[in-house]
Amino acid sequence: MIYQIRKDDFLSWLKKQREGKKVLVPTRKEEGYLFLPWVGDELDLREYTNTLKPVKDVFFPQWETLIRYRVEKEKSGEIVEETSRTEPLILFGVRPCDAKSIKLLDNVFDGEKYKDPYYCQRRKNTLIISLGCRELGPTCFCQNIGINPLSSEGSDILLVEFEDRYLAQSGSDTGLEILEQAPFTPAESKEQKIFDELNGNPARLNEAEFRSLALNNMPDFNDSVWEKLYQKCLNCGICTYLCPTCHCFDISEMTLDSEGKRVRSWDSCMYSSFTLHGSGHNPRPTGKERIRQRIMHKFNYFPQNYGVIACVGCGRCVAECPVNFDVREALKLLGVWKDDLQL
Amino acid sequence: MTCSCESGHNHNQVNPYVPYRMKIKDVIIENPEKDLKTFILNFLNPEEEKSFTYIPGQFAEVSVFGVGEAPFGIASSPTEKGVVSFTVKKLGQVTSSLHMLEKGDVIGLRGPLGNSWPIEKLVNKNLVIISGGFAFTTLRSFLYYALDPENRKLFKNITVVYGARNPDQLLYKAELSEWSKRDDLDLKLTIDRGVEGWNGIVGFVPAVTEQVVKEASNTVALVCGPPVMIKFTIPVLKKIGFTPDDIYTSLEMKMKCGIGMCGRCNIGSKFVCKDGPVFSLKELEELPAEY
Ligand SMILES: Cc1cc2nc3c(=O)[nH]c(=O)nc-3n(C[C@H](O)[C@H](O)[C@H](O)COP(=O)(O)OP(=O)(O)OC[C@H]3O[C@@H](n4cnc5c(N)ncnc54)[C@H](O)[C@@H]3O)c2cc1C
Ligand code: SF4
Ligand code: SF4
Ligand code: FES
Repeated sequence: MIYQIRKDDFLSWLKKQREGKKVLVPTRKEEGYLFLPWVGDELDLREYTNTLKPVKDVFFPQWETLIRYRVEKEKSGEIVEETSRTEPLILFGVRPCDAKSIKLLDNVFDGEKYKDPYYCQRRKNTLIISLGCRELGPTCFCQNIGINPLSSEGSDILLVEFEDRYLAQSGSDTGLEILEQAPFTPAESKEQKIFDELNGNPARLNEAEFRSLALNNMPDFNDSVWEKLYQKCLNCGICTYLCPTCHCFDISEMTLDSEGKRVRSWDSCMYSSFTLHGSGHNPRPTGKERIRQRIMHKFNYFPQNYGVIACVGCGRCVAECPVNFDVREALKLLGVWKDDLQL
Repeated sequence: MTCSCESGHNHNQVNPYVPYRMKIKDVIIENPEKDLKTFILNFLNPEEEKSFTYIPGQFAEVSVFGVGEAPFGIASSPTEKGVVSFTVKKLGQVTSSLHMLEKGDVIGLRGPLGNSWPIEKLVNKNLVIISGGFAFTTLRSFLYYALDPENRKLFKNITVVYGARNPDQLLYKAELSEWSKRDDLDLKLTIDRGVEGWNGIVGFVPAVTEQVVKEASNTVALVCGPPVMIKFTIPVLKKIGFTPDDIYTSLEMKMKCGIGMCGRCNIGSKFVCKDGPVFSLKELEELPAEY
């Protein structure tokens, strides 16, 4: 079922949501677009393809406190669990690839055995309104790996721009409840058709097809192709920090006298310290093992564990790598990219 | 809001990052170099003690407040009520800070984490337990558990080959001497090179294993030690007739979260913290050799 809303009406609606909720919108800054709190001014989305930083930041911040404690000699001390943000949040303008990335991260942080309370709390309190892509950015390749740029997967509501309106589709029950009420109205059959037409050019390869390619065609762990891949990489870690699906973190301590806190911060498998044992032994001593890990994790291990590829084709790693390491070229070299697709 | 944590899961469950507070009951210095110490801990909160149930082979994240956390195999046995213990080699930040603590100090503990020695599979089997150096910890836990009067009948013959560089480096010396008197346990202690006053076996663990272990049928081997020891012991076991399905070992990778989230301890698609640390050789042979 497709709904619709005039753009003006949507903005008034969104403005009103600011009464009880914080609203983050893509905001234009010198370096690019970032999700920032919205003060209700005019939205400038003219050159918006995607945000510089991935949206994972909202649920899994770059730096956060896990626990606080006080320990004094001869006393038993106390430990206080940090409560994560409880204020309700609306994210507007998330791209479908990033919305999908959050679904992927749910596998990790909201697992069967362990749940990350900080992440889950934020997930629970956040409404995701995504904005479908009518045009792809220069380094986007979602469609090549089975992701539809007009998909509502991972969003509560997907909006697609059409003339002076947004066509809207729900991606969750919460989203549906909102769409069933004013100012949203059910779309006429004409708009339904338009939405279907726009959606008629979805992923060029379906996800399952790409996944089986990645699972079955990936070269052997000891194949010489891995020697070629890593040569130019500087192990700077940018690709992993900016990747919406990368979730590695470090846990460290900050203390002052008897008080302290335990914090977690993003970490990267591209660093040698990531796997360095206290004894000096390192199972991933060079760039070769680390690039292999990054690629294998996304395209082989993650799908083995969770049944889905851990890359959404957002192209951030391609756009921001200082030495132009292109994951698409890497996949092609590895034989995990369909030949007939052009880069 | 499409997170599945909204639908049906229990949000009140314990936060896996919050440690229990433990009081150091005793510190035992294990070697003359004083770089191996056993910490015997009590729960500060008796309620928490009740909820802490574990199986030999599991590990925990131990924290020194203000310094950090590090994973250690649980050296005590679930049959030792009221205490949890760890044996720690002094190495870097956390281990060195631990070594400076004394009786009465409070530290943190998160766990138990990981899988365990495959107890169910060991029932009604002969057991061969092979270890070297300070990696004996979780095997000590298992042995103590297996030798408990309630449990001993579950297992058939138990043979232990435990080696160290020299007699001083053997852990739990008092206990070993007790165990050596038991007739329901075949304990073979060995040291790398002979020294004065040592009347036991001299030789490396793999060689001693080859001399001592004769039979692989209905037998499972639990192996834990330094990588070289494991590397040379596996072929010996295979030669005796053990299949990769009947050889188990416990692995070590750098860890932080201990719950499969921080992404650093994987070997191929398996996380050592969550899917391990105990793996059968069969499982290991299917994974890339990146550890
Ligand atoms: C499942 C498991 C069981 C272990 N059991 C024992 C044991 O019973 N006794 C013992 O002495 N040691 C054991 N270790 C090794 C022990 O965890 C490391 O020696 C310890 O983490 C070093 O910490 P550090 O802060 O002193 O060293 P640093 O070099 O300062 O390390 C900094 C941090 O990195 C991580 N780290 C570094 N090396 C390792 C490592 N080898 N394994 C895991 N994390 C690491 C820890 O979080 C550590 O705090 C075990 C490791 C694992 C994975
Ligand atoms: S951004 Fe480029 S250079 Fe930096 S770690 Fe990633 S691939 Fe290597
Ligand atoms: S690997 Fe690159 S393209 Fe794929 S999701 Fe991560 S940043 Fe985006
Ligand atoms: S220690 Fe974090 S994933 Fe294993």
